[in-house]
Amino acid sequence: MTRISDTFARLKDQGQAGFVAYVMAGDPDADTTLEMMHGLAEAGADVIELGAPFTDPMADGPPIQRAALRALKSGMTLKGVLGLVARFRETNADTPVVIMGYANPFHAMGWEAFVDAAAKAGADGVICVDLPPEEDAGLREPMERAGLSLIRLATPTTDDGRLPEVVRNTSGFVYYVSTTGVTGAAAGETAVVGAAVDRVREASGLPVAVGFGVKTQERAREIGRVADAVVVGSAIVDELAQQGVAAALELASGLAKAAHDAR
Amino acid sequence: MTAPNAFSKYPDAKGLFGEYGGRYVAETLMPNILALEAAYEAYKADPAFVKDFDDFSRDFVGRPSPLYFAERLTEAFGGADIWFKRDELNHTGAHKINNCLGQVLLARLMGKTRIIAETGAGQHGVATATVAARFGIPCEVFMGATDVERQKPNVFRMKLLGAKVHAVTSGRGTLKDAMNEALRDWVTNPDDTFYVIGTVAGPHPYPAMVRDFQSVIGREARAQMLDRIGRLPDAAVACIGGGSNAMGLFHPFLEDESVRLIGVEAAGKGVDTPDHAASLNGGRPGILHGNRTYLLQDEDGQILEGHSISAGLDYPGIGPEHAFLHDVGRAEYRHATDAEALEMFQLCSSLEGIIPALEPAHALARVRDLATELGKGKTILMNMCGRGDKDVFSVASALGVEL
Repeated sequence: MTRISDTFARLKDQGQAGFVAYVMAGDPDADTTLEMMHGLAEAGADVIELGAPFTDPMADGPPIQRAALRALKSGMTLKGVLGLVARFRETNADTPVVIMGYANPFHAMGWEAFVDAAAKAGADGVICVDLPPEEDAGLREPMERAGLSLIRLATPTTDDGRLPEVVRNTSGFVYYVSTTGVTGAAAGETAVVGAAVDRVREASGLPVAVGFGVKTQERAREIGRVADAVVVGSAIVDELAQQGVAAALELASGLAKAAHDAR
Repeated sequence: MTAPNAFSKYPDAKGLFGEYGGRYVAETLMPNILALEAAYEAYKADPAFVKDFDDFSRDFVGRPSPLYFAERLTEAFGGADIWFKRDELNHTGAHKINNCLGQVLLARLMGKTRIIAETGAGQHGVATATVAARFGIPCEVFMGATDVERQKPNVFRMKLLGAKVHAVTSGRGTLKDAMNEALRDWVTNPDDTFYVIGTVAGPHPYPAMVRDFQSVIGREARAQMLDRIGRLPDAAVACIGGGSNAMGLFHPFLEDESVRLIGVEAAGKGVDTPDHAASLNGGRPGILHGNRTYLLQDEDGQILEGHSISAGLDYPGIGPEHAFLHDVGRAEYRHATDAEALEMFQLCSSLEGIIPALEPAHALARVRDLATELGKGKTILMNMCGRGDKDVFSVASALGVEL
């Protein structure tokens, strides 16, 4: 068992949808991110997605783009991201941490070296946005050996022909992108999302977390009725940038409750 | 003559040129990329498609472009004979339109109703808008806000041609950010939209497809050289940003091993300074914009901005096939500085009556050395890939002339 599968097993026992919260490492600085990670865990986040900043985040909308630039400006590096995971683990042994980023910084460190360092730091999984199954062997194989989950993205454009390939060799959970578009875009129709979640769950045998476009408690509740977990990123990142840590955590707490109480 | 090689067989089925290329895109785009590949494979040998491409190349673009003996530059450099492939005489003034024509024809056959493109200096944007206008397909061009400011005449041209120009403010507002934004648009509109990438980069099948459309340059030039001098040139030279004009020139010569292939990157203020755009000479392999290739990047894998006086060359990556040809040694990659390009810009204008774009002016700087290196009796073919009208303002400003 891993922290991720334990978490989803617990949620299933409790009949709850989970809450996955995203925070960009180093936005606006490392200490704030650490405070956010602990705060998010306390606010009810079941999984923390820790963004690794990249200069060219091609699948992200303006909120995450800006967060990445702020993080890079503060001097955040991939080593720094892993350092944050290690610091978080000093006092939190339970909340899964998934590193979300783009291929080039991982590739620059070296796939194996990155996986070793991520495992050592106490990370549980990796989402690499621009590494489709066709290209991910270099990262996937060391991750399998290290017992880390490579979490893949499934999207509305992933048809039945392609879905088995997308969910093959994946573990932990599947991240379903509820809409074609970048992060922070408008959300898809709940019924459509629900059908897609069922399809992805059946194909993968894994829990399905749904993200892209979830900003409000109402929306988190709707998605929580059909998905195994609700992912919120841009809304938290924007709130942190505009109103600070306390406000962002308050927002996260409300979203966590909405997801947990959805059913 | 040496034995034929197999360099022209790439990419493989996974879109790889050796260890470069591939399909590094978000899952949302994968089905699109695969559909594009299937469509391109189906149509590229289709006689009706080939005929359309050839007919419009002739009547709309103005192909074949002439092959020209640059007599006075040959004399001035005092070595090998210098010939220009005159792709600057194409409609819209550069080689870019060859590729736009091919991709827009393909978009039409695929039933796509909206064209998007990225552009740096605006040449690819203008060429795309031109072809889109001809076929009545709505066109939107993403251009970095910094470039929109620097290249106002091209912005106006695109608007005249009916295109909508988006000023991209994300990142630093340059070419790579425009490409990011075009990819974001495509992720958002995967069904109706065709993304016309302007160079031999991006996810498979773009590097191969753009090369194939641009290979008209090398095919014509090869036949023209045989016709004019009865043999192949000793070297073929082209400038490289992303590398589309160079790949188009090189590809038909890949198996002619007697022909040295030389790409010239933009060294900006020098490859030993931070201000250059020489991905092969000053970068290392990484992953960006859908492919694995040489990139300008820092130790952490963050992408660096390229710098060149030529906005058409300041891209932090290079087409994956060039990365491959570099590693296997089939092509050589040199570089030229801003200052050298400026010098050649003026020299070519005054000696040949051809105002070159700043991009091929870089190539000309290395043609000068090569002319001496090879010596008299040898032949150099250079692709004059664009004309310099677009550059007169920036050159004047660099020379301290007020217009």
